[in-house]
Amino acid sequence: MLNLELASSAEATSGAGFNARRAAMVVLGLIVVGLPFGLSGFRVFQLSQVIIYAIALLGLNLLTGFNGQISLGHGAFFAIGGYSMAILSAKFGVSYWFAIPVAGFLCFGAGFLFGFPALRLGGLYLALATFALALAVPQLLKFKPFDPWTGGVQGLLLSKPAAPLGLPLTRDQWLYFLCLLGAALLFWFSSNLVKSRIGRAMIAIRDHPIAAETMGVDLALVKTTTFGLSAAYVGVAGALSGLTVGFVNPDSFGLFLSLSIVVGIVVGGLGSIWGMVVGALFIEFVPNYADQISDVLGEGAKALPWAIYGVLLILIMYAAPEGAAGAGRSLARHGRRFLPRRESPSRGT
Amino acid sequence: MAALIHQILSGLAMGSIYACVALAVVMIYQATHLVNFAQGEMAMFSTYIAWALINAGVPYWGAFFLTIIFSFVLGMAIERLIIRQFDGAPVLTVVIVFIGLLVIINSLAGFLFSYTIKSFDSPFPETMSFGRGYISPHELGSIGVVLVVLALVYAFFRFTPLGLAMRAAAQNPVSARLVGIRVHRMLAIGWGLAAAIGAVAGMMAAPIVYLDPNMMLGILLYGFAAALLGGIDNPWGAALGGFIVGVLENVAGAYLVGEEIKLTVALAIIIGVLVAKPSGLFSRAIVTRV
Amino acid sequence: MWSRRTFLKASAATAAALASRPAFAANAPGVTDTEIKIGQTMPYSGPASAYGTIGRSEAAYFKMINEQGGVNGRKINLISLDDGYSPPKTVEQTRKLVEQEQVAFIFNSLGTPPNTAIRDYLNDNKVPQLFVATGASKFGDYKRYPWTMGWQPNYRTEGAVFAKHILSSKPNAKIGILYQNDDFGKDYLDSVKETLGDKAASMIVKEVSYEVSEPTVDSQVITLQGSGADTFIIAATPKFAAQALRKAYDTGWKPLEYLTDVSLSIGAVLKPAGLEKCVGTLTANYGKDSTDPKWKDDPGMNAWREFMAKYMPSGDVTDNFNVYGYGVAATLVQVLKQCGADLSRERIMKEAANLKDLELPTLLPGIKINTSPTNYYPIRQMQLERFNGTTWELFGEVLSG
Repeated sequence: MLNLELASSAEATSGAGFNARRAAMVVLGLIVVGLPFGLSGFRVFQLSQVIIYAIALLGLNLLTGFNGQISLGHGAFFAIGGYSMAILSAKFGVSYWFAIPVAGFLCFGAGFLFGFPALRLGGLYLALATFALALAVPQLLKFKPFDPWTGGVQGLLLSKPAAPLGLPLTRDQWLYFLCLLGAALLFWFSSNLVKSRIGRAMIAIRDHPIAAETMGVDLALVKTTTFGLSAAYVGVAGALSGLTVGFVNPDSFGLFLSLSIVVGIVVGGLGSIWGMVVGALFIEFVPNYADQISDVLGEGAKALPWAIYGVLLILIMYAAPEGAAGAGRSLARHGRRFLPRRESPSRGT
Repeated sequence: MAALIHQILSGLAMGSIYACVALAVVMIYQATHLVNFAQGEMAMFSTYIAWALINAGVPYWGAFFLTIIFSFVLGMAIERLIIRQFDGAPVLTVVIVFIGLLVIINSLAGFLFSYTIKSFDSPFPETMSFGRGYISPHELGSIGVVLVVLALVYAFFRFTPLGLAMRAAAQNPVSARLVGIRVHRMLAIGWGLAAAIGAVAGMMAAPIVYLDPNMMLGILLYGFAAALLGGIDNPWGAALGGFIVGVLENVAGAYLVGEEIKLTVALAIIIGVLVAKPSGLFSRAIVTRV
Repeated sequence: MWSRRTFLKASAATAAALASRPAFAANAPGVTDTEIKIGQTMPYSGPASAYGTIGRSEAAYFKMINEQGGVNGRKINLISLDDGYSPPKTVEQTRKLVEQEQVAFIFNSLGTPPNTAIRDYLNDNKVPQLFVATGASKFGDYKRYPWTMGWQPNYRTEGAVFAKHILSSKPNAKIGILYQNDDFGKDYLDSVKETLGDKAASMIVKEVSYEVSEPTVDSQVITLQGSGADTFIIAATPKFAAQALRKAYDTGWKPLEYLTDVSLSIGAVLKPAGLEKCVGTLTANYGKDSTDPKWKDDPGMNAWREFMAKYMPSGDVTDNFNVYGYGVAATLVQVLKQCGADLSRERIMKEAANLKDLELPTLLPGIKINTSPTNYYPIRQMQLERFNGTTWELFGEVLSG
């Protein structure tokens, strides 16, 4: 159901192409670093959200795209990350430098533990179990005995940190760079991970679990660890989100967040790393555009941004059933007239 | 004690709705091996159609059967016009399409019918001579209707050639095609039947929960849970799962853990059961072919 | 989004954008000689989209005002953005409104969590956050948040009114409470408990919550009935309130019912529940219910009906949110009128805190809007009503919370 080509174009290119590619990367890097100096605070905030989403998408994609375990409930880990950040900083005065990794570790633990029942549940059953997780966590956040820590239905406010060391940056710019730093580390780690032994084991389990086990892969260990790692990524994203938004509340982590993350990885491309940036741009901006389009439709049409979002979603799935990464691959292939169009993988769970 | 009996009866009444949704889920799973997240919204939309018909003066049962026919056609149309375009696409892509459908239908219903709740007629009498206070005639009636639907679904798969063909088409499309089954037609009929069953669920639920665009969101989750708990390839199991979930939800909320986290606990129990028995309580074991 | 043009344009503007904050102008941003630009966020998408009609009715109201020549010659331009009831999105959209659209202030954004998320930002930047669309009591703290003001009576006021009424008319009541498990429901619960004081522990025999994602509250009502309560406080939104009223009747439980004003609509709650099943239910109210036959010939409500027919023909006239939107938009117009030619943010806030005995056509007779620099709760009055099977009958005097 999922396909195995990872950044195939990156490996295929070499020589002069490689230098051009490197130059392009440097330019892109400069743009990404320069952006916050050219944009308003609001835009910088929006871009921070994109980076945060990209981290979360990458986390879910490690699980779903690379390891074949479906989760419809990763919003739960986003919530745990956000609340860890908020509780540590608002209740215990812990520095965010410390709180963000702690949020990641806590989510790793939560994900790792959830990975055990997940071992027994395949496909649809896992989808339901994770869906349940997405519904349960906001309810637990409101649970009265936890009120002293979680703030109950009122949520928790956080103060946005100023740039350290007297750096001449606004808070928005500083948070952008903080998110960027986190994203750079996590993207670097996962692009190495998927090429490593463990990464190959993850992919082997996705493609053929029984064969992988026969080859000596410790199925349970790899799957639960992947679940934990995936949750840790999403937890870090949640922590960064709590910090940039300055507020956490059970309503911040509703079901729609979980679904958005799934939408993001499919739009970006399952089993793709850089596609997640496209997915993040999609889930950040497309709902806003849907709102604007519904405005143009005139009187009373404000009721319909969700319908427009749905239509856009279906159209995009139609145009690129394998997401941006899939579309990119087939474009590259057509451009080079290198291979015939690849057969669509068959449907099945 | 009286309260406990009351909770159980009320749970059975809601359970009948979950069972009906679970049957729709089973139907579409049998036909396509997919689970339709927009199932609930389609049912909700069908219920609005029934509401509009009744408001236009059509007698209840006339509206009931017209709505079932309409839903059948709507389900087929959605399969033909939208879902078929994704034939061969990865599963998650189809899931995203379902999410797209869900938000489209939800938002359209709000736009067309507004968000204020509508009362929806029950075909059953307002009062009856027994069970006063414990169970309403509608609740009893909807349990009956669901049992009828269950018997029909069971008979469909067990005794009709069409049901057999449909199961074959879902299990092994290639071989099915080889023996002359028109696989695409089976998919469309499966969608149509699932939509029709969903419409029944909606029309039975609306007198209890009131008709509004978000009516089915909560019900759908329980319907899924019921289908998986009972066994998604087994109509009896799925329906029984519905009743179990309905009762479990009420009893857990009232006696075990309190209302604040009953959803969490109910779901945890269901997942616990699935971990112990991965293919559902009343299902054949899944054999994976290597 | 990422085009080179945007980037170049942006970098060219870097220095300017960073260095210069707009010089302190007499008028707020978004105010020109012909226009006052204001912003808000509303849940047009997502599970809370039922509230979206508030934003639509306000836009329609301003359209009417603009056709009549606007306020002091300026037209009101409301930019209403979708936040899907998600606080992170509210923050983003509000910053867009303030920083990019340059609105003069934020008006009637909806929901407690969304408004909490933007309150610090707006106060830090001295942008008025006027008439928030929530009854949470925390939006009226003029000391800590001088730029944030509520509108409707807060949930605590009503909870306290109910509790006082129970104490005076039924001191031996055994109370069961059904509340929505969010800030709205919990504010009610807390205020009832606070007002009952020492007696809370003995008088409240059972409190049960529900989630908005649940299909019904039947099970909760059975639990409350089983607890032996004879007084039933319903802090629920319309769908669940209707379910609770009906179930309480159908089970043969005949408690004295107190219903939150959020759900007092005859057309949208009591009628679906069954009018005969709601006889004797009490509520505390401040506005006119569009579906109450008592206001059939009321000039104020007739004006509202004409407005609906002309400016919002697709709107639902049984939906009280449309009455709400009309009332709060009318309040804003009064504030802007009082500002006269000076439309600085300071002046707008000052006039918002300077409403004196303002009566609106959609408020109950005798309910007046009053604000001052030390009173950021515009509507503090409510009156008890009892349902007689066809209409809400007002009784007692106007109460202040």
